[in-house]
Amino acid sequence: MNKSDTLNETGISAPVRRVDAMEKLTGKARYISDYPFEGLLHARLLRSDRPRAKILGIEVPDLPAGYSYVDARDIPAGGRNGIRMITDDWPVFARDEVRFVGETLGLVVGPDREKVLEILSGIRVTYEELEPAFTIEEGLACKGGPIVGDDNLYGTYHLTKGDPEAAFRRAARVVEGTYRTGFQEHLYLEPQGMVGTWEDGKITLYASAQCPFYIRKSVAHTLGIPEPAVRVRQVTTGGAFGGKEHFPDVIATVLSVAVNKIRRPIRLVFERAEDIRFTCKRHPSRVTIRTALDEAGAIIGMDIDTVINAGGYTSSSLIVLQRAILHGIGVYNIPNVHIRGRAVATNTFPSDAFRGFGAPQGLFAIELHMSHLARELGMDPGSFKQKYFIKTGDTTITNTAMKDEIRLNEMFRKVDAMSGYRRKVKAYDDDPLKGIGIAFVNHGCGFTGNGEQEIIKAVAEMERLSDGRAALYVSTVEMGQGLQTVLRKIAARELDCGVDNIVYDNPDTDRVPDSGPTVASRSTMVVGYLVQQCARELKRRWGEGPGTRVRKQYRHPEGLTWDQDTLQGDAYPSYGWGVNVVEVAFDPVTYEVKTTGIWTVYDVGVPMDTRIVTGQAAGGGIQALGYAAMEVCEVVDGRFRQHTLTDYTIPTAMDFPSVACEFVENPYAYGPFGAKGAGELVFDAAAPAYADAVGHLIGRKIHEIPVTPEKIMEVLQDE
Amino acid sequence: MNEFNFTLNGKAVTYRGDPLKRLLDVLREDFGLTGAKEGCGEGECGACAALLDGAMVNTCLVPVGVVAGREVTTIEGIAGTKEGQDIIEALADAGAVQCGFCTPGMVVAAASLLRGNPRPTETEIREAISGNLCRCTGYDMIVSGIRAAAKRGRRSW
Ligand code: FES
Ligand code: FES
Repeated sequence: MNKSDTLNETGISAPVRRVDAMEKLTGKARYISDYPFEGLLHARLLRSDRPRAKILGIEVPDLPAGYSYVDARDIPAGGRNGIRMITDDWPVFARDEVRFVGETLGLVVGPDREKVLEILSGIRVTYEELEPAFTIEEGLACKGGPIVGDDNLYGTYHLTKGDPEAAFRRAARVVEGTYRTGFQEHLYLEPQGMVGTWEDGKITLYASAQCPFYIRKSVAHTLGIPEPAVRVRQVTTGGAFGGKEHFPDVIATVLSVAVNKIRRPIRLVFERAEDIRFTCKRHPSRVTIRTALDEAGAIIGMDIDTVINAGGYTSSSLIVLQRAILHGIGVYNIPNVHIRGRAVATNTFPSDAFRGFGAPQGLFAIELHMSHLARELGMDPGSFKQKYFIKTGDTTITNTAMKDEIRLNEMFRKVDAMSGYRRKVKAYDDDPLKGIGIAFVNHGCGFTGNGEQEIIKAVAEMERLSDGRAALYVSTVEMGQGLQTVLRKIAARELDCGVDNIVYDNPDTDRVPDSGPTVASRSTMVVGYLVQQCARELKRRWGEGPGTRVRKQYRHPEGLTWDQDTLQGDAYPSYGWGVNVVEVAFDPVTYEVKTTGIWTVYDVGVPMDTRIVTGQAAGGGIQALGYAAMEVCEVVDGRFRQHTLTDYTIPTAMDFPSVACEFVENPYAYGPFGAKGAGELVFDAAAPAYADAVGHLIGRKIHEIPVTPEKIMEVLQDE
Repeated sequence: MNEFNFTLNGKAVTYRGDPLKRLLDVLREDFGLTGAKEGCGEGECGACAALLDGAMVNTCLVPVGVVAGREVTTIEGIAGTKEGQDIIEALADAGAVQCGFCTPGMVVAAASLLRGNPRPTETEIREAISGNLCRCTGYDMIVSGIRAAAKRGRRSW
């Protein structure tokens, strides 16, 4: 092997130039819209414009030659009109009823984009309208009659630790608060897009997506064909954040039905307004926390009621809900706890995965609540929270010993040294123009419980190539987070070669094994570990010559237990840990709230590249501050009111200052070189820290995000 | 139908077609230059940015008829210049690239800034890219990359 540019001269965390940087900087990287296809047809979805209605009829005018209308009747015998996600309740084409604005009714396909639009506008759909439910409250009240079951709930979970009832019985005082978060749009800069073709007798999809094997599974299910009869090729993906986890299944299934019928390449790329209006968002949440305090003001129990707005179909809402409640008491050891979690059906677009996957909602509530408790008890939130930090060996909310080695105290010291938190939190009590907030979080890495072992069963392979390089075969994708650089670094370090000697191509389900989806902060920790093991074995067997191929399958770390029915045991193989401090000030001229400092410290085990993880911390932090301060997304008559970049505003380079980031090293035994997950952890803390800071600034409690200037005025005028 | 000439990345070219077609589509479809991306199609994200007579424009808002007789420089053109290389190298080293969809537009914005202001402050850099949205990076590494490009290119700007 070529030993130039060896990484062994420096630590694994030392930054390298990302392998995809130059092609992206020069405009050479090709995204889905950049590929030419011979005889390409354009497609556009026909969507419902009613939130809840019976479909009485769809009248399609006569189509000119070369144009097609595709709907459920085109699903082949043996196929199913359901999108296989966790369940398949979401139909590919609406059945007799629509449950939300934007539900797919059909697809118009043809050679000319304008003509396709013209045909679309000539289609008449008649409905019998039903009374819709949009909010969590309307959903819980079964407004208009239940959408699912008899209670409108996709699922309910309970977690109990200790004896919360007894704790509340002996409480000297009970403090209660209700915390709300809104929809958030991913706003990946590249809108959803896919091209379906018929190649070598097989449906082939080129996709901007996170999970090629999810797409393969859902398409096979819809067409009623074996999974290997579908080929999915991921192309350079312009951001995803969870928005390209399951939603591409929605496009892929429709597109595949059309390709199966027409046997020509068909492109379905969303325009921006379409993308904001008609794709999944982060679940809105309402969390009520009641805390029992004893005479001395110590927390003796908590009762938490969590509801998320799941929208018209299940998608992955139950798993999101599990994560929300499993992170429901955050980084604290509370002796007696009961949490109830419910996912409610409404007539909004189905909510789905978004960076953090329920954890940000659960953590927002507990962090703000702890800050509010601190203020009630006359303490600063940082010191108060520190008293309750969970320690190694303490009992978790799922009644097992916390196995992580926890460095929260050290992280608090570090962030204090960076930000001056302890000094400022006192000083700003008397400063009407300044406020400072703090939030501590953890984030379970990998699938919940034993999901990695029971559901995903990840496999990775490596091969010695004939040119002396080594190829990496995994299904996890590069979507901007730096995965391909990190995986190559891991392999290169084991093989003692340069990053350039490791070949990684965008996953193609015909060529790579299923190493699982690119989600849940699992790619570095779980797949990276498999890559490391592959590379080790390949190194041992290098002498066997070109073509030597090694394969490794996931094995759950020893000593972990999990019962998925009761949600008891080790909820995650390990956790990333973080603390954020956010400082805000009133602009003395405009009287607007400005963020003046953001300091973050993370324990991600060992960072696989400090620059890449710092980039995640900056990007995740700013995305979370957008969520906390700016990104308003309201539903009016079942439609997202904000649907352009003018009214759904995400942070620009002018809105926030730079994000300071430091790490605490804490190697994890089952991660490559000690790495744990990082991609979601960096989203979790900034929103509650911001809300805490604004509360400190104005001397009032904040209960809801986004905390827009209007919201601040409202809170100020309320008293 | 219409026919006119303009300069594209330093070469004289002829366009035949609808003068109302968006410059973005003309670049991508008629000239195969797919470096400019469509992030919004409404002038809000900067992913489609190019230089028109040296000034940054959002090509999704420019009807191609407007560029008749003028000079258009895309990311592909910028990447071929010494200034462009300085920016690209500096951004690559700074870690300014994640998903990359905003990236060509950011390079265009940086080139446009540094041509007029070779020693920008952090605030000036942030202002100069404030019309370019990035959802991945939080902007910090883009800002530090542009600052490094200014240093690196001090001779050429
Ligand atoms: S695509 Fe032109 S500004 Fe967004
Ligand atoms: S790098 Fe993804 S939008 Fe900027």
